[in-house]
Amino acid sequence: MNSISAGAIGKITVPAFLCHEEPRAHNGTLLGFWLYLMSDCFIFGSLFACYAVLGSSAAGGPRAAEVLNLSALAVNTALLLVSSVTFGFAMLEMARHRKGAMLSWLAVSGLLAVGFVTLEIHEFINMIAEGAAPGRSAFLSSFFALVGTHGLHVSFGILWLIVLMVQLAKVGINEANVRRLRCLSMFWHFLDLVWVGVFSFVYLVGVLQ
Amino acid sequence: MTQAMPHRADIWNVLFGRLSLDALPFLKADTEGHILLGTLFVVLVGALGVLGLITKKRWWGYLWREWFTTVDHKKLGIMYMILGTVMLLRGFSDAIMMRSQQAIAFGSNMGYLPPAHYDQVFSAHGSIMIFFVAMPYMVGLINFVMPLQIGARDVAFPFLNNLSFWFTFWGAMLFMVSLFVGEFTTAGWLGYPPISELQPGTGTDYYIWGIQLSGVGTVLTGINFVATILKMRAPGMTLMKMPVFTWTALCTSGLIIAAFPVLTAVLGLLSLDRYLGMHFFTNDFGGNLMMYINLIWVWGHPEVYILMLPIFGVYSEIVPTFSGKPLFGYSSMVYATASIMILSYMVWLHHFFTMGSGADVNSFFSLTTMIISIPTGVKIFNWLFTMYRGRVRFTVPMLWTIAFLFTFIIGGVTGVMLSVAPADFLLHNSLFLVAHFHNVIIGGVVFGIFAAVNYWFPKAFGFKLDAFWGKISFWCWLVGFWVAFTPLYLMGLMGVTRRLSHFENPALQPYFIVAAVGASIIAMGILSFIIQIVISIMRRKEYAVGGDPWNARTLEWSTSSPPPDYNFAFIPQVRSRDAWMDMKKHGYQRPLEGFNPIHMPKNTATGVIVGMLSFFLCFGLVWYIWWLAAVSFVGMIVVAIAHTFNYHRAWHVPVDQIHAFEQSGNW
Repeated sequence: MNSISAGAIGKITVPAFLCHEEPRAHNGTLLGFWLYLMSDCFIFGSLFACYAVLGSSAAGGPRAAEVLNLSALAVNTALLLVSSVTFGFAMLEMARHRKGAMLSWLAVSGLLAVGFVTLEIHEFINMIAEGAAPGRSAFLSSFFALVGTHGLHVSFGILWLIVLMVQLAKVGINEANVRRLRCLSMFWHFLDLVWVGVFSFVYLVGVLQ
Repeated sequence: MTQAMPHRADIWNVLFGRLSLDALPFLKADTEGHILLGTLFVVLVGALGVLGLITKKRWWGYLWREWFTTVDHKKLGIMYMILGTVMLLRGFSDAIMMRSQQAIAFGSNMGYLPPAHYDQVFSAHGSIMIFFVAMPYMVGLINFVMPLQIGARDVAFPFLNNLSFWFTFWGAMLFMVSLFVGEFTTAGWLGYPPISELQPGTGTDYYIWGIQLSGVGTVLTGINFVATILKMRAPGMTLMKMPVFTWTALCTSGLIIAAFPVLTAVLGLLSLDRYLGMHFFTNDFGGNLMMYINLIWVWGHPEVYILMLPIFGVYSEIVPTFSGKPLFGYSSMVYATASIMILSYMVWLHHFFTMGSGADVNSFFSLTTMIISIPTGVKIFNWLFTMYRGRVRFTVPMLWTIAFLFTFIIGGVTGVMLSVAPADFLLHNSLFLVAHFHNVIIGGVVFGIFAAVNYWFPKAFGFKLDAFWGKISFWCWLVGFWVAFTPLYLMGLMGVTRRLSHFENPALQPYFIVAAVGASIIAMGILSFIIQIVISIMRRKEYAVGGDPWNARTLEWSTSSPPPDYNFAFIPQVRSRDAWMDMKKHGYQRPLEGFNPIHMPKNTATGVIVGMLSFFLCFGLVWYIWWLAAVSFVGMIVVAIAHTFNYHRAWHVPVDQIHAFEQSGNW
């Protein structure tokens, strides 16, 4: 059908139509990861919406002010926020190509996050022991779903961090690993931001009521 | 329901959860059992036949290397289309069952489907048609066409693309397994509580996990498409030079990213209620079931446009090609698409005006719903003005497009009728509503799919589809659709409600008989479509075409049919909209030498394995086989981590291979 192509032998008379050098490859990974974070935002948004609607439905059971432990919360929040700072230090060391220092800061961030998850599980167990289990009321269901989903994300982040640390130790700071670390860094700060929402919206408002 | 673990350590329960011989409905000695036994027999014979043929012809290695593990967007697109077609047959058999049941079940005749089975049938019909027919078709189409249209070699994340396909595939398989092992949900295609929450069997669990799998796959695909369109367009292709189909793919993918996570969240909460005894959607203990209805429609309405927008894009490609003119009103088409994308997020409440949210809220959603018809009208006029004074060629894709214009306008008008809240109070849950959404989904989406298949099939396989059988299929669908759904419009206006398996009033029976006749005409349309494909494959030498069989306008037609793995030997340099038409008009000559090696991703088995494990994970969760779920979940994580240790995922296509193809391809 296409008569235009017939018989043409490599005469590049109209170079404007084609790129004879391969165009520089754009890496979409960081954009893609941003998009993933935004989609995750919608999951958290739905959970926040549920909490907004159901948070005061204690159904005769314990209310937010009675079960939420502010001192544990303070420690927890501090752990998570500091881990974001230390992750930032790790990124700075990565930019300077200092592998050892970078790995150390990553380890510190990971340990802080482990502390966060441990304390959160401890709090959950305490609440359940006091009769504030997720099945007790719609308030507790939405509380556990929201805070628990955040906790699961942090736990996944820890697993990812461990795997990436092994890869950084083995393969070094190459292009692929830098990209992965940037993604994990975004993930880490994103979870921090979500926690600020949980902290203000669930704990502070809950205790004030 | 939630406390299924036995008090005594019962080995059977540990090993098989709640799965037992009683869970196999085809062993029951009633009508339902016999129907299912027959179906199982047909499915098994069919499946064994296919598997036997593959084994006998020694195709397994070929399928594994070239298809299952592929990261090529074109092959994955084709696989999505095949999945959609197979599931269309399943979803359509459900439709035939419903139509025949309603045509006979009057007075003392209870029909052949008991109510519980009938409820499963309509739930399966709706959810399969949306999640495993329309969505795979849409994703498959975008997958195949979009990277070619923007002059890219693949999508941004080729491995993710493969993984998404397998998640969708195994989600569909979970739905299929529910037919023979256990049961399906009776709570409708959206799984409304309280039925979905309190139904004790496995039906709703199959529904939840099947959709969760496909939902994850769809979100990953949406991310993939947006990153591809924003990052990988050929040099010179600014956003306002993109083909309209690519624009609609971008808007649809944006909607996917914003809507599907809400579906994931709300089904997650439903499963927390079902599995862990929480109280999101129960009325006792402070839950609120309208939370579910709101959240699911926050996904559900954008979903309507996730399906519709790419189809608008399809028509926007077909109309200019077969009118021999550039698209009329390109910019207005883009703005209309973008405004539909935004508005579609602001109308969800019109699905339940009867919730009782008050006149103010209902008025708001009523108005936003009516406003959507404005950009849609803009599109219709753009297509009409494109045809005006064009040299219209009445090919099969064009026939579907013109039929769409008439059919869809009527569907849109009945939609505006429903958007009037007081009228909706009368029409809510009636057959009028059923007729309306079939009118837009069949008259819009399905017609568009067939138009697209007829249009791009030559690009995918190098030969055209048979036009005679294409026209038979077209006429059967068009006539069948109107015969099937006009009676439903009429009965809906009379107040007949949906989802009933039996009627008392004999005056309604003629309407249902006409509707059943319509459904069987559509069945002939589907049969003709299959005949069309088979005949075209048999006559593929006769129907062989070059790279640009329609004298089309966009870049996908500038390469060979089928295109090589790398799509373009040289990435195009885009100067205007309708880039390929521009090249043809200005004396483009295809270079036959001077190639460079091309960097391409390697195939991988990770997606196949993770997908299969996700099926076992979900099967274990459905049947409370906790060890299976745990092992599969850990397996998925381990395989995914192992995948990240592979840093060598790309290779260079050597120059002599490119050279050989560029001399011999189908241009």
